Amino acid sequence: MADIGTLHYLVVAAALFVLGVIGVLTRRNVVIVLMSIELILNAVNLNLVAFSRMWGNLHGQVFSIFIVVDAAAEAAVGLGILIAFFRNKETINVDEIDLLKW
Amino acid sequence: MTPVATPFFFYMLSGLAIIGGLLVITRRNAVHSALALILTLLAVAGLYLMLYAPFVAGVQIIVYAGGIMVLFLFVIMLVSLERTVKERQFNRIWPVGLLASCALLALLLGVYAKGKTLFEGRPAPPLTESSNTQQIGLMLYGNYMFAFEVASLLLLVAILGAVIMAKKRI
Repeated sequence: MADIGTLHYLVVAAALFVLGVIGVLTRRNVVIVLMSIELILNAVNLNLVAFSRMWGNLHGQVFSIFIVVDAAAEAAVGLGILIAFFRNKETINVDEIDLLKW
Repeated sequence: MTPVATPFFFYMLSGLAIIGGLLVITRRNAVHSALALILTLLAVAGLYLMLYAPFVAGVQIIVYAGGIMVLFLFVIMLVSLERTVKERQFNRIWPVGLLASCALLALLLGVYAKGKTLFEGRPAPPLTESSNTQQIGLMLYGNYMFAFEVASLLLLVAILGAVIMAKKRI
């Protein structure tokens, strides 16, 4: 109880990850789906930094910085696609994006 | 520096992070979701500080809370909100998604419970906190040189992609 170990951080990260997955699977608003993806990436980062602390080296922290770079790239492209889509269809609901669905 | 009241801060920060995550996926208004996500990001940055990772905590606050969230807020203001706020917020198969996510959580917790000894047997050696940024910089320009260059290329491609997507006429 008094000692906070790696496992505690892993459980918090698992909770954040599952919250993000729930958001991706159930929400209709594309902006909130993208925010849920950010939650998932944050959970992964928390895991990496916790393992970096556990092993006593910095590889996990460097890798988490690369994941932050990926998150920035993904958010920029995703929001660009969202603006292009909104200009064409006047909606941002996921289940109305079905042009490629047969 | 010896840490003080570690369990209190850990439970407070993780509680704030999880409450923020819950608010992100349940709020009707996307602006409220964005503000809750900022709360989560700041709480996770606090957890990084507790894990002796001050540079990652700074990057988290500057890049995430400062950069990416501003991008999100701009896009929320560009796309109209009035219609989506009045509509149904969850899709029709949300019970299936909820069930699958709960199964995933149960799987993760089961794995952690089974492999508990893997994470507890090793005494965590303390990392040097004063030279954390220096060490990360040396690794970024040493071991991870190639990955660093590829990341810069990825950011260039992402900028080009975002500009081309958002252009009115290509």
